[in-house]
Order: sequence, then C-alpha cells, then structure tokens
Amino acid sequence: MTDIYTEKVMDHFRNPRNTGEIKDPDGIGTVGNPKCGDIMTIYIKVKDNIIEDIKFKTYGCVAAIASTSIATEIVKGKTLDEAYKLTRDDVAKELGGLPSIKMHCSNLAADALRKAIDEYRKKNK
Amino acid sequence: MDYAATTPVDKEVLDEMLPYFGKIYGNASSIHTFGRDAFDVIEKSREQVAGIINSKSDEIIFTSGGSESDNIAIKGVAYKNKDKRKLEGNHVITCAIEHPAVLAVCKHLEKQGFNVHYLPVDKYGLIGVDDLQDAISKNTFLITIMFANNEIGTIQPIEEIGKIANEKEILFHTDAVQAIGKVPIDVNKFNIDLLSISSHKIYGPKGAGAIYRKKGVKLEPLIHGGGQENGLRSGTHNTPGIVGLGKACELGKKRMEKDVSHMKNLRDLLIENILTIEESHLNGHPKKRLANNAHFRFTAIEGESLSLMLDDKGISASTGSACSSQKLQASHVLLAIGLKPEEAHGSLRLSLGRNSTKQEVEYVSNTLPNIVKNLRNMSPLWNK
Repeated sequence: MTDIYTEKVMDHFRNPRNTGEIKDPDGIGTVGNPKCGDIMTIYIKVKDNIIEDIKFKTYGCVAAIASTSIATEIVKGKTLDEAYKLTRDDVAKELGGLPSIKMHCSNLAADALRKAIDEYRKKNK
Repeated sequence: MDYAATTPVDKEVLDEMLPYFGKIYGNASSIHTFGRDAFDVIEKSREQVAGIINSKSDEIIFTSGGSESDNIAIKGVAYKNKDKRKLEGNHVITCAIEHPAVLAVCKHLEKQGFNVHYLPVDKYGLIGVDDLQDAISKNTFLITIMFANNEIGTIQPIEEIGKIANEKEILFHTDAVQAIGKVPIDVNKFNIDLLSISSHKIYGPKGAGAIYRKKGVKLEPLIHGGGQENGLRSGTHNTPGIVGLGKACELGKKRMEKDVSHMKNLRDLLIENILTIEESHLNGHPKKRLANNAHFRFTAIEGESLSLMLDDKGISASTGSACSSQKLQASHVLLAIGLKPEEAHGSLRLSLGRNSTKQEVEYVSNTLPNIVKNLRNMSPLWNK
C-alpha cells in the first residue's frame, strides 16, 4: 500500500505538522463523515487578516492525514484571501500526487480550511 | 501477522518441488518416461491432498487455486442444472460473509437467471441453521457455505449444514481455503460434496489448488481443452505446483495438532494483550474461530492508517476499512455482522502462522497501544 503514496505523503503521514487543537480558535471548520472513513477539523487563529496559527485533527486514511497536514503547512502565515484560494488540486500537487480514488473522499483539507475561514469572517463581519 | 493472506513456502515443500522445474520437467500427458514420472508424482500428490480431507484420491481435481476451485464448484454444478432451471433447480443458498470468489460467482449466476439466497449471519458471523432450513425450497440444488471466514475467522456449523443438505438431497459446497490445516476435516463425516482448497494458505506455492468432488457429482467444466483431470479441468498440469500442494497437505495433516495448539496459545495471548487497550473489541466468535485469527476494532481510528503505522514498525496486518480497498467500501463481512461503517473502518486483522513466535506477539502487543494512542490523539472523534 505504501507505494501507492509518494514519499511526501508518507512523510506528512508519519510526521504530521500542526496536529492538535487551538483553545479559543477564531475559526473552526469540520468536513467529512465517519461513515466514509474520513473526517477532519481545522482550527485557525487570525491576526491582522493573517493565519497566525493553525491546527488540525483528522480521522481517516493516510491520504486524509497527509493532505490536512500539508494544507496547514501551506497556509500558515498567509493572508485569509490567499489561504481561501487553496484548492484540492493544489494540496494534491504539493504532495506529489494522490491515488485517484483518494482524490474525492480523502482530500478534503481545502474544504475544511475554507469552512474555518468562513466561520471567522461571519463572526467578524 | 498476516498469515491469513498468504504463507511462505515451507522448506520441505520447496525441496520437493524443485526437481520438477528442471530435471523432471515432463508433461504428465506424455507417454514417454519423463511424462510418466510427472504423471506418477501428480497421482502421489492427489493422494496427499485426499489425505487431509479423508477423501479418495480420484475425487481430487487440481486447479490454479481457491478462486478457480470456487468457480468450478458453483458454476460447474449450476451449468449442469441449467436445462432445468425454468422448472426446478434454479436456487442456490449461500451466506452474506462468503469470500468474493463465492459471492461474485453467485452474483454472476443471478445475472444468468438463477435465484440466490444470501443467509444473514449473527454478530459473531454464524449462520442460523433454522434460517438455512427455511431458505431451502424444492428448487434448491446447491448450498455453498464457507468452512471458516477469512476475515473474522468464524467457523460455521459445517457438520449440521452437511446433514441438512444430505437429508434434502441438495449438493453442499464449502470453501475450506482458510480451514485446511487448522480444522480436522472429514468430507464423508460432514457430508460435503464439493470443497475448495488453496495451496498458498498452507505453506505451499501460489497458483495451485484443488477441488474435492464427491464421486457421482456432475460438473460442467469451465476450461475446455486437452481433457486433463477427467475432462473437468483442461490444461497441462502444473507439476511443481501440484507437488507443492501435495507436500503442503501431507505436512499440514501431520503437523495440524501441533500447529493448532501453538497458534491457539499465541492467539489467546495476543487477544488478551490487545483487549487491554481502551475501547478495543474482538470481532468474530470468542470460541468458534480459527486458531490463527485475531480480529479487532478500535474506536475513533481508521484501519489504513493503523496498518501503515504498523507496517513502519515491521508488522504486516490487514484491515476491513473502506479506505484500503479499491472499491472504497467497508468490508462486507464486518457490515454483515452488524458493525456500522465507522466501526468497520477501525478494524484490524492479525493472523498467525506455524512460524509465529511469542516474541512477535509480545512485540505487537507492545507496539500497537502507542500507535492507537497516537492516531486517537489526532482524531476528532476521540474525546478523552
């Protein structure tokens, strides 16, 4: 099974970045469904429109964990507008590709991030 | 820890096979000495295979493995019944947790116009004998129920099923791929008409298997050609593979008692150790299970991640999670025993073999709790 994943995927799976929760987050986004085997939550802390801190929790397969990990790494320190533009394809590309069957079910980090940003924006209108 | 998936070829088996690749390479169908040598050794292998299930040697047909054996047993019987299927003999009974080599064949038969009844199983994976009785109709010509399940290790009440089938004059096929070498099998005592065997699950080579066909049971061949195996399975004999299967059966029979007691001890130790993990559960039956099978589920984590974390620590294991399957569906076996998809995703099969050691069991027992803990720390479903 490991050879269906790139080295980079396995690295993020073995050493996931930014795991955990943020107490008093400015935004939270959860996507997925335990029935499908993938669910992920992203917490953000925002200062001056910049993602100052980001953490995640993921229940799911290797692809789910790795894609959330790398997504948090990419957007940390970015402006909300920049972070909002992150797509599933960007995440997969940064990981050096994902198996095609995993593209739709497990590659949900960008969706979770946008949900977290939406929540922050709603609260801070 | 994945011997249920496959086993290494035993050294004695390999030694027995090697001459038949080079020195004695004859075609068993040839009349010259080389051919006759191959023929003789194939007949010897047939006796060895018959020995492990207490059949006669002329009731053994060599195939390419378990899947082919299941195919020829079920389709072979069904196609013989085809002419009658408009009137009678169009009904097959199987169960929900069969191996795909049986289930997919049954689905195929449904497309051909046969009716297939899929018996449910209880939370342990056992079929109900009453359910079986109720499902039988005057049109039932075949019952196909596996001897022991490949995922959760549950052993079915084969003797009772055989008795019912015999009383109702219905043919009884059982996929015994996982049970051979781990459960004593007597096809006569159990009233089995057809039984599938695979070589690579019992320390023999891959690409070899057999079907036991009780004398008098009529089969339509699937592979036509030179008429080998009494016309039931054409194709030049895979002499080294057959020799390997034969030797593996001989050794399997000889060592069964020792193997079973060794694996059972290790399995029970493993189960005891693993169940000390918080919110861990055993799947399958506490007693009626294969000596080498331990099957668990852990709340709030997913099996593919779990398997690959174990793989990093040098431990090979299987999972029933959807995420590790090509179809992205949770194991049909785990769903059939009543688990929710999210419970099935967190499952792990650890299966032992003849060569497993106590050290290995202890290593897994020490490694697994930390991996479960790490994955749970990362899981939004774990709130402890």
